[in-house]
Amino acid sequence: MSASGIPVIRIRNTLLSAIQGDLSDQVAEAFQQHLLTRIEATGASGVLLDISALEIVDTYVARVLVDTAKMARLMGARTVLVGMRPEVAATLINMGNGLDGLETALNVDDGLDHLGTLRSG
Amino acid sequence: MGVLASYSIEIASEDGVVRVRNQVREVALRAGFDAFAVAAISTAASELTRNAWVHGGGGAARVEEVEEAGRRGVRVDFRDAGPGIQDVERALRGGFSTRRSLGLGLSGTRRLVDEFSIDSTVGVGTHIVIAKWARLGARA
Ligand SMILES: Nc1ncnc2c1ncn2[C@@H]1O[C@H](COP(=O)(O)OP(=O)(O)O)[C@@H](O)[C@H]1O
Ligand SMILES: [Mg+2]
Repeated sequence: MSASGIPVIRIRNTLLSAIQGDLSDQVAEAFQQHLLTRIEATGASGVLLDISALEIVDTYVARVLVDTAKMARLMGARTVLVGMRPEVAATLINMGNGLDGLETALNVDDGLDHLGTLRSG
Repeated sequence: MGVLASYSIEIASEDGVVRVRNQVREVALRAGFDAFAVAAISTAASELTRNAWVHGGGGAARVEEVEEAGRRGVRVDFRDAGPGIQDVERALRGGFSTRRSLGLGLSGTRRLVDEFSIDSTVGVGTHIVIAKWARLGARA
């Protein structure tokens, strides 16, 4: 747990974080810093961001997600976004926001498989 | 058009975003919106409240449950006394931001709702009204 209140847990060489609650600017920044610190501490090469609890993803939250993945990538870890709700996917596309190249998977299970292929690819 | 309920919410901090969004969600559910329509109007409200806070320096929102010709809807009115928008056409086209952010808030919001009107005057402020209607046949 970090100042953001969003837990980051390790499963072998992957970090899993279920994003919940309201991402204020401060919470978002604290979460990003905590996740990056955990990548360094654990040497994790993959990150799963589970957003199944998010009822909406506006352009601000979208930006936080995309930036977080880019930061992790700079450190050498790949990020897969998992669990996006149907209404969130539809809303993002209707708004013209494709989330800028973020890797996605249906759920945590598929996300772990996807990270496996990203690592060997 | 009849107004069935009305809620005024001050946008005086980032917290306003969550408060306005939660009120919009509650009214949309009561009006019989399905999950897709709830997400659309909630996301639109989130964008416009954040704009009123970040770009407009704060203001107020009024969330209304409305009825017209037997259908229910949600109307939200956003007002701020900030700097106003220099070029409304350009801001609405999308991909334009004075904050190095995505610039998809206004253009995207317009596509998520049934009605959208904007009145912005430089040096005076910005007033935006959006409305979305429950699909006909939806339980209200
Ligand atoms: N309430 C407002 N007051 C002043 N300027 C605004 C307001 N809302 C939007 N704008 C202007 O329109 C631009 C586009 O807004 P938007 O599409 O939401 O993108 P973003 O918020 O990501 O910059 C903003 O960068 C800002 O310059
Ligand atoms: Mg915006």
